[in-house]
Amino acid sequence: MLHTVNKSPFERNTLESCLRHAKKGSAVLLIEDGVYGALKGTTVSGKVSEAMKSVTVYALQPDIEARGVQNRVLDGIKLVDYGGFVDLVTEHNATQSWL
Amino acid sequence: MTDEMMEEGGAPGGVVKKFLYVNRKAPYGTIYALESLEVVLISAAFEQDVSLAFLDDGVYQIVKGQDTKSVGVKNFSPTYRALEGYDVEKLYVEKESLEARGLTEEDLIVPVQVISTEEIADLMESHDVILSF
Repeated sequence: MLHTVNKSPFERNTLESCLRHAKKGSAVLLIEDGVYGALKGTTVSGKVSEAMKSVTVYALQPDIEARGVQNRVLDGIKLVDYGGFVDLVTEHNATQSWL
Repeated sequence: MTDEMMEEGGAPGGVVKKFLYVNRKAPYGTIYALESLEVVLISAAFEQDVSLAFLDDGVYQIVKGQDTKSVGVKNFSPTYRALEGYDVEKLYVEKESLEARGLTEEDLIVPVQVISTEEIADLMESHDVILSF
């Protein structure tokens, strides 16, 4: 299963809810304002790092760059471009968008 | 309105109010940040007393190093640096919001005053008009 999160974790609880429901081995892709969940030194970093023990977390690089946070991404998060986004969708049986 | 009043400047009848723009949203994900900036520029043209406050995800609006080439939207962050030219020089950032996001004053593209939540609250009390984005 691929999960996508597109809202800031400081404004909505979608990332938290997503991580609570993501089963071991699934993929979580952070896009749009969701990429703020991929950063070091924030109040949600610990929760994301913990989740990365059982799920793979990706972030969309163009959205990271647009927001000027390219040097703050948590170690272990995989950056993908739009092509990589499409690959993730096709590689997984279903996509759950946490809106 | 008389010609004399017009010569005073853009403010009709010379009335100058204290405007506070409260910015709480991250850029790009929604249109709020850009809309706020546009209204700030308009009110500056009317020679009003303008202050900007950045809190919650609004602090992300003025983070350095934004590069929107790959997402195909306009990078409006350099505009915050142009505000000085419109006599908009009072920019306040909430300390607690920076800290929650692992950011410091050095990560911002414009000179600002970093103030506490309590001081932000006092700032709101001391303005005539508050526009929230």
